[in-house]
Amino acid sequence: MDKVIFGDNQFFAVNHASDDKARAQSIRFKEDAAIINVIDQAIDTGINTFMCTTHDRIGNVCDHMRTNPSRYKDFNIYPCMPYAHKYANAVTELGIIETIKKFVPGNLFGSFAKGGYALINKDFIGLMELLIDAEMKMFKGIKTPVIFIQNILVDMILGLKMYEVFKEYDTYIRKKYNAEPGYITMNLPILLDSLNSIGIENPIICSSINKIGFRMSGGIEIYEKYLNEKQLRPIAMQVLAAGALRPKEAIEYLGKFTRLESVLFGASSKEHIQETKKLIEQNL
Amino acid sequence: MNKIKGAIIGLGKMGLSHAAIVGAHPDVEMVAVCDTSLLVQGAFKKFSKVNVYNDYLEMIEKEPLDFVLIATPTRFHYPMVKYALEKGLHVFCEKPFSLNIHEGNELVSLAKNKNLVNQIGYHNQFIGTFRELKRLHQTGVIGELVHFTGEAYGPVVTKEKGSTWRSKPEEGGGCLYDYASHVLNLVQEIIGRPVKVIGSQLKSIYSKGVEDAVYGTLILENGLSGLLSVNWSDETYRKMSTLITVQGKNGKIICDATEIKIYLKEGSKKEGLEKGWTIKYITDFAIPVNFYLRGEEYSAQIDYFVDCIKSKNESDYNTFEQGLYTDKVIEMIIADYKQQ
Repeated sequence: MDKVIFGDNQFFAVNHASDDKARAQSIRFKEDAAIINVIDQAIDTGINTFMCTTHDRIGNVCDHMRTNPSRYKDFNIYPCMPYAHKYANAVTELGIIETIKKFVPGNLFGSFAKGGYALINKDFIGLMELLIDAEMKMFKGIKTPVIFIQNILVDMILGLKMYEVFKEYDTYIRKKYNAEPGYITMNLPILLDSLNSIGIENPIICSSINKIGFRMSGGIEIYEKYLNEKQLRPIAMQVLAAGALRPKEAIEYLGKFTRLESVLFGASSKEHIQETKKLIEQNL
Repeated sequence: MNKIKGAIIGLGKMGLSHAAIVGAHPDVEMVAVCDTSLLVQGAFKKFSKVNVYNDYLEMIEKEPLDFVLIATPTRFHYPMVKYALEKGLHVFCEKPFSLNIHEGNELVSLAKNKNLVNQIGYHNQFIGTFRELKRLHQTGVIGELVHFTGEAYGPVVTKEKGSTWRSKPEEGGGCLYDYASHVLNLVQEIIGRPVKVIGSQLKSIYSKGVEDAVYGTLILENGLSGLLSVNWSDETYRKMSTLITVQGKNGKIICDATEIKIYLKEGSKKEGLEKGWTIKYITDFAIPVNFYLRGEEYSAQIDYFVDCIKSKNESDYNTFEQGLYTDKVIEMIIADYKQQ
């Protein structure tokens, strides 16, 4: 994996410190062209990996990439699925069954045999595979060497101790997409232990890692211990702790973890992208 | 120490989230879950080790429980909470508490008489910024209050379709019980209990049968009045956003789940706040948790509930009595609206 991974929160009004800033971002990135413009700036600074949710608008970005293949030929996307709000709002509005019907392609109880069969027979793994395929559709023709499950789902499965689901996900991503499965979590130590317990070794785990322990559940000490002693391929996110840390001290802190493979960050201006990229390359 | 044994009744969006948090709690053994959906039952039977029930009565009879967490549609709260309390179980119940004040009163008394820990899931009470707002308000740093507003907006119902229990007013669907209850509960616990409401408006935007927005004036015991403005059909918000503003003679505070903005006419040495604006972020106030799902507050409220059971302490946050008071204000709003 590249050391520097560009994220997408800034495009979709996700700001963990300020709803006001989030709103300003949603105004700034109203047009898809504004998103593409910032991605292009990241590419021009030498960033080749973009990690993004399966938000509908990413589909538009992918369309743009497919129509300009030479511009994006070295570019990788790490999809993160699902875009949880899409499903959560649908479950509130429609209930669980109707939500599945809405998002699984085809007519679940009609001609699309696999989906109807899966639901009636409670073939949960079959359903999971259909939902993954539905989410992955937008990336057709684009390189997706690592495919992540979002933290909301990883941590839900983790808390429910349904570890077999991770195993099935792992197998399917490798088999169907010839990609490496990745896990985003707010609970790195517990997740790693759980993955190890079902035979998933050296997993790619993306989690909050920052100097002040923000969103590092269980405390910063156990995170540092795991990062120093355990076998995993960590990606650090929320490295600025939602803006509480200055980039220099934030990224210098990451330098002490020799196993850290990558840093995920989002930025909206060329200067910020350049500055952060340089700091990551100097320290990692 | 033996682990506390708990079970979840109702595995919708909130129930699943609670089940994961309870399941991950180091002091708790989640022994059983209960839901009527065959799909959900099937998933737990296939992937988890907990016992799965269709009927909560049977579950409570058979399982050796210390507590139940109830996250069913609101109309089921009364019989379920009552049965669990009668069986001597501590109860965590999702908000809103009850649809009927008499039933709610009965449950408050029952929990008290049985000396059982009782908590309602108003999770905003466990968000660090709102805690800080309450603390600052109590210090009197912004002076005598002159006004407040309580707001919440989000994109729950943005189209004219859909029919679940949330579209039925008699079952506690609608923006008033679902969204506005959070704001009323925050106002009640941070600023003061409303004793009168006037000018209440319940507006349907896309829903049929229930309101999508609630507006009105709340009047507190001390005479202070403030505005309520809640709309769950506002797609300019990515997710629910809850905002409390308090205006005093020496300044104002604007607080949401991510930041707290303080403006003072005269600075406060004691609080380390200068004249003018100070902005502080959730990073300074988040309650540390051992397991995170969707927000520290969801774990923090369960941690608190478990701590109260372990320490046999009476709870200060989100008691049934506090939840019932929020229900009473909801009834005042409905009555005021109907009267007009």
